[in-house]
Amino acid sequence: MRSFFFYLGSLLVGAAFFAFARWLGNDYLFFAGYTVLQFIVLATAWNILGGYCGYVNFGSAAFFAVGSYSSVALHKLGMNVDRYFPESLAGIAKLILPLNVPTLIIIGGIVSGLIGLGTGYLTLRLRGAFFAIATLALAVVLQTLIVNWDFVGGSRGAYIIRPAEVPFIGHYIQYLFLIMLVLSVVAIAVARIIEQSRLGYGFATIRDDELAAEACGVPTLKLKLVATTISGALMGMAGAPFPYYIGYLEPSSAFGLAYAVNSIAMPMIGGTTSWVGPLVGALLLGIIQQVATVTISSAVNLLIVGLLLVGFVIVAPKGIVGLVQDYMRGGARTDGTKTWRSRFAIFANMRPGAR
Amino acid sequence: MELLINAIIAGLLLGGFYAAVTVGISISFGILDIVNIAHPAFIILGSYIAYIVNQTLGVDPILTAVIALPAFYALGAMIYQVYYASFEKRGQDALRGLAFFFGLLFVTEVMLILVFGVDYRYVQAGYIDKTLRFGFVDLPLRMLVPCVLSLGMLAMLQLYLSRTFTGRAIMAVSQDQGALQLMAADPIKIKRIAFAMSIATASIAGSFLIVIQPVEPSVGREYIGRVFAICVLGGLQSLPGTVIAAMLLGIVESITATFYGPSWAPAVAFGFLLLTLAFRPAGLLGR
Repeated sequence: MRSFFFYLGSLLVGAAFFAFARWLGNDYLFFAGYTVLQFIVLATAWNILGGYCGYVNFGSAAFFAVGSYSSVALHKLGMNVDRYFPESLAGIAKLILPLNVPTLIIIGGIVSGLIGLGTGYLTLRLRGAFFAIATLALAVVLQTLIVNWDFVGGSRGAYIIRPAEVPFIGHYIQYLFLIMLVLSVVAIAVARIIEQSRLGYGFATIRDDELAAEACGVPTLKLKLVATTISGALMGMAGAPFPYYIGYLEPSSAFGLAYAVNSIAMPMIGGTTSWVGPLVGALLLGIIQQVATVTISSAVNLLIVGLLLVGFVIVAPKGIVGLVQDYMRGGARTDGTKTWRSRFAIFANMRPGAR
Repeated sequence: MELLINAIIAGLLLGGFYAAVTVGISISFGILDIVNIAHPAFIILGSYIAYIVNQTLGVDPILTAVIALPAFYALGAMIYQVYYASFEKRGQDALRGLAFFFGLLFVTEVMLILVFGVDYRYVQAGYIDKTLRFGFVDLPLRMLVPCVLSLGMLAMLQLYLSRTFTGRAIMAVSQDQGALQLMAADPIKIKRIAFAMSIATASIAGSFLIVIQPVEPSVGREYIGRVFAICVLGGLQSLPGTVIAAMLLGIVESITATFYGPSWAPAVAFGFLLLTLAFRPAGLLGR
């Protein structure tokens, strides 16, 4: 029942925003909203590995960019079927290509997920720090590969010309916005399902004490690989529609440090233990950044994110959700009667009084 | 053949410089187990300080770095104090400590971009554009000077760590804090000294960096993969291991750059790191 309300609620909020932006007739709202939604997906994805398992991934930008560039490669393939396929295959290829955005998202997810699995398999058997370092280096190396890969434009970048209109929906940006909206609901739903399942409890044991978990028979390596794959795949899915959004993709923008730092800062500031944290953090930071980019400058807004990240990990390690949680604990009565505070806490999965 | 020999020698010189860049990580990550991924950012900070002083007063960049040592030492001590109070003491150094250093890395980089912009900066010194020649072997002084000085710095550090009481305490703190306390040494103080020293080496390494190549704020990121690859390959806490691993990486990178083009060089370090982690996580000299 709670799940039903959750899906209904998130769809209603999304639909309300969509209708509101449509009513205002302002396309900028869609552009800004798309970015915020994209960060919700990235932050939620990061949190599946970082928050639930306690393994830090600094390579969010790499997974994101892999999703973007698989779209670019397939788009280019689709635009020039006759050039890249032998005549016998061209007929079949034309039936499939060019792919539509939802299919590209799935493909981007698969490719990024595989890269996550590979990196995880090589480094997750060691101490946590090694995985973090490897993901950091992964971003640099994938960027080197893309810069040297002429097919997707190399360091010059690649143009993607998107259609202006989509049937039934209207402007293309509104279509992308809707896709991202669905994707972010999917990402949060995945995080929520994981949290409430055996998998989630397994992840939590890894985060709390990996050695003890291993000794109790929790298959830690397998669970960690599952987490890395899901997390990487979601990041790739967030990246796949990006070339269509931005129109011109070059390596330094796709691999920008902003993605890496945001997808860490958002869950850290929101709170890492439940799906609410990344959502709150992404909404808050995403909106602050949209406002700051317009009013101040984009370098300054990155500085704000960095300072907030450092400040929050020092002062409020449990994030905004942790702060709210502590407040809600005050709402749980000893006789078990429910107050609005504890009801809200249960709904938001914060388990009042638990400790 | 001549090309190959020249590439190997260039690699050795580059490796000497990499050793200076990595030694800070070998101390903080290898010995103290503090994953200081912000180290490259402090190196770039060192480069920019050398640049400012060189531009305004014309002082030699490496000399500037030596003068700036106490400031970096103090900065390091301060960072350790914050790190200790907020993470180590509470036992949550893994996840949040990493995020803390990542935040530092990011904030330093963005601040440098805000102040200096993304233009490449370089310094002037008498030895930068001179080259020694022995037959067909080229020894550019801008590589040779950092390499020799860096090896000297590592030798001094190695002597300090193995001969003095504080040095030995630093080596011991990673093994058994309780035993160290029984020897009348405060583990927190020892760690603070060691971490401060590791940041101080960033000042020197930064001046070497700007002597070797022009610098802009995001150059530091390329070094993250390199320093950790070298550190792990060198067996984490051994300084001689660090030198050997640095030379090895230098040679491989230099050969790659000579025969396949410099744009592939960053990938080499990562390949190195992944292979090391997958097959020899204890490092070259490890048991």
